[in-house]
Amino acid sequence: MADTQSKELKVRDKQEVASPAEQTTPGLVFTPAVDIFETEKEITLLADMPGVKADDLTIDLRDNTLTLSADVAPADNTDEQDILVEYETGRYYRQFTLGELVNQENIDAKLNDGVLRLSLPKVEKATPKKIAVKTG
Amino acid sequence: MIYRRLFNVPTWQFRSPFGELERMRQQMDRLFEETRAPYQAAQAGVFPLTNLSEDKENYYVRAELPGVKGDELDIQVTGNNLAISGERKIASEEEGARYHRREREAGTFSRMIGLPGDINRDNVDAKLEDGILTVVVPKAEIAKPKQITVST
Repeated sequence: MADTQSKELKVRDKQEVASPAEQTTPGLVFTPAVDIFETEKEITLLADMPGVKADDLTIDLRDNTLTLSADVAPADNTDEQDILVEYETGRYYRQFTLGELVNQENIDAKLNDGVLRLSLPKVEKATPKKIAVKTG
Repeated sequence: MIYRRLFNVPTWQFRSPFGELERMRQQMDRLFEETRAPYQAAQAGVFPLTNLSEDKENYYVRAELPGVKGDELDIQVTGNNLAISGERKIASEEEGARYHRREREAGTFSRMIGLPGDINRDNVDAKLEDGILTVVVPKAEIAKPKQITVST
């Protein structure tokens, strides 16, 4: 990890969503950068969503499809004049297909400093039952 | 549309063939400028991407820094320049975690932003909220616009 910790960060443009469906609401939609990893017990998802408040974030899980969407309140800086604009703000949207069953009751989501941490506990698989074959 | 723009030459009696070429080149340049997204036009190429705006009193510098804590940031003012540097850390997860995706990056960053006018360096205010850094830099008295009334 020490190697990646000290490197210099490169500029990456925010990725706009290439959505097959047409947008009905005006404004830009971006894809948040995510980390996804799993352990024996759970799947964890980390997403960078700067500017999102907890109330504006919607997490939806149905039929193994996880949908993250978030609105960003427009900054109230209408009386300011732009001098330099390097990034745009807009909504965030991203969908994932989960390969494994998730215990929907115990999903835990935290939003800190613009980073979402979502813990999806796996459903305990039914232990395979051994069937004894009788002879005679 | 493009055809008309490029070939709406009023007459074919040009004064010099090179002058005509030059005029066409300028039209091509204008065409490309229009199709380019406005925010891609001027990027310094240094992390973090920054938006700069002003009103009568202040300059506002905004940058998206998700997952960065306030005490990991170093903000300094020198002359009319604002320096923002720091490190974005991503905590390593427990042993045995298998990654499906790894798009978020950790690392150091350092950026200098030149402000277009004189500033009052004593009252610079910075806050970090939901991963967005906002630095409010008050303008120096001399840089503020002063209303002049016209007497009749």
